[in-house]
Amino acid sequence: MNFDFSDDQKQLRDQARKFLAEKCSPKAVRVVLDGKAPYDKELWKGLAEMGFLGVAIPEDFGGAGAGHLELCVIAEEMGRANAPVPFSSTVYLAAEALLIAGSAAQKKKWLPAIASGDAIGTLALFEGKGNPAPKNVKLAAANGVLNGVKKPVADGTIADFAVVAARTGSSGRDSDISLFLVDLKAGGVEVKSLTNLDPTRGQAEIIFKDCKAEPLGAAGEGWSILTQVLDRAAVLCAFEQVGGSDRALEMGRDYALDRIAFGRQIGSFQAVKHMLADMYVSATLARSNSYYGAWALSTNAAELPEAAAAARISATQAFQHCAKNNIQVHGGMGFTWEFDCHMYYRRANAMALGLGSLSYWEDQLIDRMRKKNAA
Amino acid sequence: MNFDDTPQEAEFRAIARAWIGANAPKQYEEDLRKSSLGRTALKNADILDVAKAWQKKKADAGWACLHWPKEYGGRGSSPIERVIWQQEEGPFGQLSRMFIIGHGMCGPTMMAFAREEHKRTYLPPLASGEKVWCQLFSEPAGGSDLAGLRTRAEKDGDDWVINGQKIWTSGAHYSDYGILLTRTDPTVPKHKGLTMFFLDMKSPGVEVRPIKQASGASDFNEVYFTNVRIPDHQRLGEVGDGWNVSLTTLMNERSAIGAAVSTGFPELFEYCSSLMLDDGPAIEDRAVRSKLANWAVKASGLKYTSMRAISALSRGERPGPENSIGKLVAGSMIQDVATYALDLQGAAGVVSGEDAELAGRFQAMLLRAPGTRVEGGTDEIMRNIIAERVLGLPGDIRVDKDVPFNKIPTKGR
Repeated sequence: MNFDFSDDQKQLRDQARKFLAEKCSPKAVRVVLDGKAPYDKELWKGLAEMGFLGVAIPEDFGGAGAGHLELCVIAEEMGRANAPVPFSSTVYLAAEALLIAGSAAQKKKWLPAIASGDAIGTLALFEGKGNPAPKNVKLAAANGVLNGVKKPVADGTIADFAVVAARTGSSGRDSDISLFLVDLKAGGVEVKSLTNLDPTRGQAEIIFKDCKAEPLGAAGEGWSILTQVLDRAAVLCAFEQVGGSDRALEMGRDYALDRIAFGRQIGSFQAVKHMLADMYVSATLARSNSYYGAWALSTNAAELPEAAAAARISATQAFQHCAKNNIQVHGGMGFTWEFDCHMYYRRANAMALGLGSLSYWEDQLIDRMRKKNAA
Repeated sequence: MNFDDTPQEAEFRAIARAWIGANAPKQYEEDLRKSSLGRTALKNADILDVAKAWQKKKADAGWACLHWPKEYGGRGSSPIERVIWQQEEGPFGQLSRMFIIGHGMCGPTMMAFAREEHKRTYLPPLASGEKVWCQLFSEPAGGSDLAGLRTRAEKDGDDWVINGQKIWTSGAHYSDYGILLTRTDPTVPKHKGLTMFFLDMKSPGVEVRPIKQASGASDFNEVYFTNVRIPDHQRLGEVGDGWNVSLTTLMNERSAIGAAVSTGFPELFEYCSSLMLDDGPAIEDRAVRSKLANWAVKASGLKYTSMRAISALSRGERPGPENSIGKLVAGSMIQDVATYALDLQGAAGVVSGEDAELAGRFQAMLLRAPGTRVEGGTDEIMRNIIAERVLGLPGDIRVDKDVPFNKIPTKGR
């Protein structure tokens, strides 16, 4: 047993951290935050050149062919830097869906384009309120065309293609749902930008009107593929959340050492020390749950569904906890636009919803634990 | 990252499993499996007798104190082997709780500071469970503020004469030996005037009085010393260096890696899986599921945190203060879990003991849990340790730090 990343993987993490410290400073994030660009194009290009976008994509399809553990360590750094790029939509959701269910031709068309930074992808799943569930998919697919509305779609305004969940049956079963690949630059697609909690990551409403689409995976298999994609993305997002938690904790710690009140560093007051200690505790529990998820993801273990849900819940809680208490440690300064605290607070709360909310994953976890106990 | 056994680990596991299968006291397995924090009782047997017999059997076959060196009665195993053993020992591992202070703290302190001849005399019977040890540290005036202790040791010829009182001493009522922290010089600041010894608990002048706890059980004791004589060769470390010696003990206490911390979660999950509420099975209730999920990720988070620590240990890294989180998280969690289990029982939750649901398992847990948050360092001390040693925040302001011990005020206004 060895429950840690290898030296090579840690080296990759250091490399990614160094790269992002240089290319993705809070100042660079603010360019997107302030609405001056929809995402950081230069950073995206740089990530492609470093091989980070295709790290888990096989070499045959233009990737580095390293693996998911490598992707996990990069994800952590993306979260730590609060990177304003469509990494999770493209790499965790679109690429993973293609890897799991894409035909050889689809993989050949899109995966190399993802790895090289030439194509941005996303998953169009939600249709307003509600969590991932077959009954919440109303967008209809018939005769190779889609009709309906998806919202919110992460990075929908900048994506080149989308994996779209659509209804192809009315039996009331999971097999009513199928997946489709849509070239968003082609006809029949209307995209509207939505304001959202985290302006460093865009959200869109996408209207499909007689939009041509090609099936992704077998008809009726959509829900089963989606479940796998969401589980994988849950683990990868958990690493982003762990990176974000650690950064928020560090910011709070540094400020507590720096700021003097009542003649002392505020970090010498137990009320502040204990708040930071609790942030460390939740970040550590999240990290440990995420490592288990990483192991399950990288080995495609039978434990993946349960491990993914646990990592998702733990990391979501930790990031929200650390981000909000980082602001509390900063006092009034933490609530200003000028300080960076709110960027992590926004990201933490947006990420808590993106793959389905906390209560959805709580429900999933208990279902999966019951299934395991029954087996 | 790999959860599978290496071939050597698999071989070790197979041997351990076979030996446990052939030797464990199976007649108590059911009782041990159903016991939880606050209640480890065996039907028709005294748990200390059963624990001693199992420990002796393990020692004779070379399975006692896996992490100790062989010459002192251990096995010299790797940290991973220790974890594999614990996994295989399962519920029978509960029996070693009777020896946890001796094996986890007193033994390692003896190894670090006792004379070689004493190590060879005292450690093997400690490892085999024939002799039980306790740790005489806390006092009415010195719990979290351990260095505030007042038990005096005064030199008289080749002996030291001890007078004073200890409290919260786990297992003193069945212990044969103890390690004892005393004050040998009250005229210097508090951390500098302490000295550590070990002693025979049957020495004249030692009086043990069990304390009845909030739970009704008596795990802890007051221990009184009246002119107790300890020969100087039983001193551990230098005169006045007791604080450093005790830090070794406490470090071992808090880094007892792999020791599975009780969270109460498996018990609660099992309970909710079978419990029927007014509207149907508890496990299908939205609110119940949300609570369970929140505790599930804490329990698994602790489990994998300890596995990360074991991986670091196997690479030869020393475990750090990070391990303080186990006790911190588990302590209040078990209290909350017990409270919630009783909430699910409604008015009937008030009944405890044999007449209660599950023979009072959660009631016993509830009444024992406050102790878990205090023993071995309170939640607040754990948070200070994390804040200061992991995050590098300033230490608490200690107004008595440079004041001679006998000049420190002892009462508030």
